[in-house]
Amino acid sequence: MSGIILKNVDVWFGHGANRVDAVKNANFAVPLGESFGLVGESGSGKSTILRAITGLAQTWSGTITIDGKALGPTRDSEFYKTVQMVFQDPYASLHPRHTVDQVLSETLSLHGFNNVEERIEKLLLDVGLGPSFRFRYPHQLSGGQRQRVAIARALAPEPRILLLDEPTSALDVSVQAEILNLLTDLRAKRGLTFLMVSHDLSVVSHMCSRMAVMQNGHIVEILSVEDMRAQNASHEYTQHLLASSLGFTPSEAAQ
Amino acid sequence: MSDPSKPNLLEVEDLWVRFPTRSGVFDAVRGISFSLGKERLGIVGESGSGKSMTGRAILRLIRKPGRVEAKRIALEGQDLMSLSEKEMRAVRGYQISMIMQDPKFSLNPVLKVGKQIMEAYQVHTKGSAAEARQKTLDMLEAVAIRDPERVFNAYPHEMSGGMGQRVMIAMMMIPDPKILIADEPTSALDVSVQSQVLDIMDKLVRDRGMGLIFISHDLNLVASFCDRVLIMYGGRVVEVCDADKLHEAKHPYTRGLLNSLPQLDQPREKLEVLKRDPAWRDEPSVSGVL
Amino acid sequence: MSQTDLATAPQSNGWRAWLLSDTPTSRRHAKLASLYQSWLQFRGNPMAMFGLMILVGLVLMAAFAPLISPYDPFVQELGNRLQPPGAEGHILGTDSLGRDLLSRIIYGARITLYIVTLVAIIAPLVGLLVGTVAGYTGGFIDVVLMRITDIFLAFPRLVLALAFVAALGAGIENAVLAISLTAWPPYARIARAETLTIRNSDYIHAVRLQGAGPMRIITKHIWPLCISSLIIRVTLDMAGIILVAAGLGFLGLGAQPPSPEWGAMVSDGRKFILDHWWVATIPGLAIFIVSLAFNLLGDGLRDVLDPKESGE
Repeated sequence: MSGIILKNVDVWFGHGANRVDAVKNANFAVPLGESFGLVGESGSGKSTILRAITGLAQTWSGTITIDGKALGPTRDSEFYKTVQMVFQDPYASLHPRHTVDQVLSETLSLHGFNNVEERIEKLLLDVGLGPSFRFRYPHQLSGGQRQRVAIARALAPEPRILLLDEPTSALDVSVQAEILNLLTDLRAKRGLTFLMVSHDLSVVSHMCSRMAVMQNGHIVEILSVEDMRAQNASHEYTQHLLASSLGFTPSEAAQ
Repeated sequence: MSDPSKPNLLEVEDLWVRFPTRSGVFDAVRGISFSLGKERLGIVGESGSGKSMTGRAILRLIRKPGRVEAKRIALEGQDLMSLSEKEMRAVRGYQISMIMQDPKFSLNPVLKVGKQIMEAYQVHTKGSAAEARQKTLDMLEAVAIRDPERVFNAYPHEMSGGMGQRVMIAMMMIPDPKILIADEPTSALDVSVQSQVLDIMDKLVRDRGMGLIFISHDLNLVASFCDRVLIMYGGRVVEVCDADKLHEAKHPYTRGLLNSLPQLDQPREKLEVLKRDPAWRDEPSVSGVL
Repeated sequence: MSQTDLATAPQSNGWRAWLLSDTPTSRRHAKLASLYQSWLQFRGNPMAMFGLMILVGLVLMAAFAPLISPYDPFVQELGNRLQPPGAEGHILGTDSLGRDLLSRIIYGARITLYIVTLVAIIAPLVGLLVGTVAGYTGGFIDVVLMRITDIFLAFPRLVLALAFVAALGAGIENAVLAISLTAWPPYARIARAETLTIRNSDYIHAVRLQGAGPMRIITKHIWPLCISSLIIRVTLDMAGIILVAAGLGFLGLGAQPPSPEWGAMVSDGRKFILDHWWVATIPGLAIFIVSLAFNLLGDGLRDVLDPKESGE
């Protein structure tokens, strides 16, 4: 069985008395080709799971299996060719002094591609940016354009699994729609597997076929998008999230 | 004032916010007019639409070299544009308060929360310390803080985001202002906390007969929370409608925004992408005066 | 610039528009455009431009010293000693050995520039290396490197420089070395602090996820962001460096007579300061003006280079 499998995964930060358990006993499996969502509020540990998978968070236990291979404490270049990540804030995920061209050509050369020129042009076209964007600095781009560049960077090594950490939460709704459509298209075209983190139930429901709801580091429920849409949640917290995401209803929660 | 039985708290006429730049003058807000009664008025728009600038311009809080220009910004008939900077300081906080997006940046990190709220009260009312303390505790209770004594003695970093925003609301409400301007007050908060904070704000505004200007990018939120909505685009108001009829809005921009939102209850293969018409920028601003 | 660049660039008065373009067409174009934008911003600051002009003047003065100085700075004319400014043939007067002060100031600019340039290259480079490595790797290496930095910081600068010169022997080269060795720790501190904030940013995470190693991240991603704050700090420190150099000269441990180093000249004039004020005052003024120019330049550069200002 390939894809992403997490078994009894704990992630923590700090030692001893300062230890904070960010994720406790997480279990889920995402088969290749699926789009899976992690939903929760800030501090629920949903982004931490992505960080543990990519190796950005190094203190974890349990087993994470990617594509049939169990991950050790370090990641090799083969891993980064399989798994890539798109970050939340496109204003923070691009180096302020590097042009789009520098970002992409460095990524491509790190992964050992030869025909860098063609690939850059192709990547820019794939994410809906023309060649005219190639030599711009991040401050010459809008938020949506920056996120497109970040997506192009993540696609450069031709990964099969894309981890998306709230890819649209820093963007305006109309731009969010463009980025979500782009991601949908790319997934269809390249057969990508998505693991998407978001606090926005409607975004996750739009993008994913199944989702795990997280609270305080625990996965409280895994349910399908149909159940979510039908408000068919069994866990109390999921029901609460569903109710709050439908807009403001006076005097439901105060006191 | 059109209707003498329901006088407007605030009337804004032909408001411009201008920033001189190297390549000419940039107009962030371009000649908008609206009025505010004892109601919850929403201002929605995307980033760069000028919605935040509008909120700040009312309090004349635009940083230099930006300029605020208006035919009239009248607070119960008194023209704010003609006030000196010193007189304006008496208006800010005392008659019109403002709540910002992130409480972390609005509270002084080295002062206890209670002290800061007390100060807000004392500056405007010159009451005694004991009285200010009592008022502060009452106010903290009013924003649904269960243990006001403990929060009174807490430092800002010891509070969660939702708690911090409630403290901000308490601080802004304690001088009993007539108008509250809330600029994205809940967008830094989790959804479950959001509704609590909104509920508190709603209750206070209602009980005290205040006017509320609620600035947000979240159409659904504004539609369910406000009475009336101004939709801003490119520094102008493109549409004004009743909040409960926002989903029947007519302007293509508003429609585009609404359609670009993923809906939990209506699955869609693709989201609709907003096509911006350059003509929208040139249309005259719709008046939001009642 | 490649052929295609020239072809896309308008030839006549369109250069300005080409440089201000928001859609650069090549790597070179992007670099030039961003430099030009910075220059425009810098040009808008009159004080910084004033500082820059003084420094350009200083460089020209040093470069063309033999052409513009009226006398040989070393030739003594004992019959004409201690002439006041405005004396015949000597605009700024002469010193105790009858040497023309103006000529000595002009030649002294060379020594000042020599010291300043060398220190400005050595100290920030050492600081940058130590600071970024310590900040990025963290742990044991960080502790060791930063304690060494602390040891250097614990000594008063001039005293430490004195000790070095005493050990290495007097002379300009050793003075430069001594000043550099005492000047790097603050740069290491700045570079480390910057690195600590940059290290956890998403763009560093992103490049780590491409498999980039620490050396590449430090040199290609962290250095470009630290360098601007170091440049600012160096220009602001330049005044101090000139003063320490002058101080060493004054104490007889820097440039040796008869070389026209400004600090040594002040020291020389000290003996006559009550009756012949200009001998000490004029080189002092030169030190003051150049230090001031560096400070003004530093302030202007901060406005241009600070990423917080120019990033958005």
